Amino acid sequence: MSSVAASAQSDSPAASRTPRPVLQLVDVRKVFDGFAAVDGISLDIEEGEFVTIVGPSGSGKTTLLRMLAGLESPSEGYITLRGELINDVPSNRRPTCLVFQSLALFPHMTVGDNIEFPLRVRKMAPEERRKRALELMAKVRLPEDYYSKNVMLCSGGEKQRVALARAFAYDPDVLFFDEPLSALDYKLKKLLEKELKDLHRESGKTFVYITHSLEEAMVMSDRIGVMRAGKVVQIGTPEQIYSTPADRFVAEFFGEVNIVPIRRADGGWLRRDGKPVAVAPDLDIVGDEASVVIRPEYMRFVTEEAGADNTLTGTIFNEYSLGSRLQYQVRSRTGRTFLIEVPRAAAWKGDGEVTIGWDAGNAIVVGG
Amino acid sequence: MADNSLSAPAPKLSPGLRASLPVLVLLVAGFLAPLVTVAAYAFATPKSFDVFRSFTLQNFAAIFDTNNTVWTSFVWALALAFACVAILLVVCYPIAFGLNKVFGKWSGLVSVLFVFPLFVSENVRLYGWVLFFIKNGVLDGALKWLGFPGGPDLLYTPGITLFGMVYVYLPFMLFPMTLGIAMIPRDLVDAASDLGAGRFMIWREVELPLAMPGILIGALLTFVLAAGAVAEAKILGGQSVITITQDIEVAFTYAQNWPMGSALALILVLIVSGLALSAMARLDLDKILGKR
Repeated sequence: MSSVAASAQSDSPAASRTPRPVLQLVDVRKVFDGFAAVDGISLDIEEGEFVTIVGPSGSGKTTLLRMLAGLESPSEGYITLRGELINDVPSNRRPTCLVFQSLALFPHMTVGDNIEFPLRVRKMAPEERRKRALELMAKVRLPEDYYSKNVMLCSGGEKQRVALARAFAYDPDVLFFDEPLSALDYKLKKLLEKELKDLHRESGKTFVYITHSLEEAMVMSDRIGVMRAGKVVQIGTPEQIYSTPADRFVAEFFGEVNIVPIRRADGGWLRRDGKPVAVAPDLDIVGDEASVVIRPEYMRFVTEEAGADNTLTGTIFNEYSLGSRLQYQVRSRTGRTFLIEVPRAAAWKGDGEVTIGWDAGNAIVVGG
Repeated sequence: MADNSLSAPAPKLSPGLRASLPVLVLLVAGFLAPLVTVAAYAFATPKSFDVFRSFTLQNFAAIFDTNNTVWTSFVWALALAFACVAILLVVCYPIAFGLNKVFGKWSGLVSVLFVFPLFVSENVRLYGWVLFFIKNGVLDGALKWLGFPGGPDLLYTPGITLFGMVYVYLPFMLFPMTLGIAMIPRDLVDAASDLGAGRFMIWREVELPLAMPGILIGALLTFVLAAGAVAEAKILGGQSVITITQDIEVAFTYAQNWPMGSALALILVLIVSGLALSAMARLDLDKILGKR
């Protein structure tokens, strides 16, 4: 998608192969009272891309976004927009727009006045403003008669749309989103995620979205950056992040996983209980400590007919239904808890002791 | 318990009404009754105490008589009150804004500190200013001691009266205004800036409308207080201007003409409440807070 948007702006086919970043961050740091909220981030965001930054609360993602929007200025490093340094360009002079977590709608204005605010800044004629506002309302699927409605009387989803329309009225090059969907219920969230993705495609604008929800990130993004303690620990397509997490933190952040700590010994790897571990042969790990990450759906019950590369025994102490699938919690002899997820058809029939296992090809080994 | 059918049918009072009865009694006895009495006195025979027994418009006729100059007292009182509110608006906004910038959510508490002078009697504080401005007082004396020709002759002028009013009523403007400005969410200011608005537009379109409840309450409070001010004109102003409150006081005390005093008071109440109500009509809290 990013290359499509870029090539539309460029006649040279070579340029489409190496799209120019619209936003570029070089070693950006932000220090508050000696604490580095953002601790050296370098990132290129390409024209028309939908980039999501995920991370737990306190990982610095909001600070990062506020710097990009111009509401904070970086302590160190450079932020460039289309090649121009914008470190100290105030937010009202940047062709970027932030959709706040609180949405920050003006409570004393109608829906129409809210959307027209950036147009009033530009001193657009009232007739033209109204026309544009109604166009944008149609674009975000707000009924026309909401134009003169008090914005505080709108529902959560409608407010969301007003905030979106207002941001689009500013006609920014890059739109930033600070977890705008976090306060909505699940169904509405799903719907708006889809609509946001559609809007992104239709508008061709660059979206930078932050959230703590992996699910949101997976659904919408072209690329996902994972933040932890002020740093971007991994950036890649949703597929890359899911299948090859850079470390244990990323693996654990992306849903429930089983972790088996291992250490290097005599050219091979050993588990804590001293048993050797079968790992993929092309393993590239620096250091002597590592973790095997196995997703619950790659764990299975081991029987005499169906063995596995690695096995362990334990007892089932919990069973959950996930609809078409079943999840079991198994406590191993060493006291660790493992998750195993199987199709309903493969439900465990026996009781008490079970042997579970995984194949080396289905596990990911990460350092640390 | 069983024979409640025998008891007299009690007047149906809603629980809310019953609960508010003590306060209602207090308000009627302590607030409404004196007001009614004053209103009744205004229509009593001049220079008498024939309240509720006589009805005449002579007091009002005397006030509106073209030879009577009492209207100048009304004009002075209202002009000083308007000027006082205008000055306080200009003086307090930057202070309230600064308090919010520096103290954040504690600014309301800090602005309470400005109320501390109220613990000292107003007259004492005003006499303090007299000592400051009087010939050979703090200002004049200090300047002379330093070799200057002496301080300006400020005391006993309408200007110093206004100064006294601004000084005395400052906390009543500052406190509501600080709370009003504290009600502006930081995100809204950021969002306005992010949408391209400059400092002035943010102030006009976002900060001012959202702080308006506090500003209007402050203005209303100080206006009502200033319109009834009397000590400033007497002590600092040295009666260089006579406000209507002083005329009323004289009518009730020295002149012993309660009907005249009441008539003047009634007119003042009508003017001030008329102005206050028209301001209140503009103060649509629901709209500002977005409840409607």
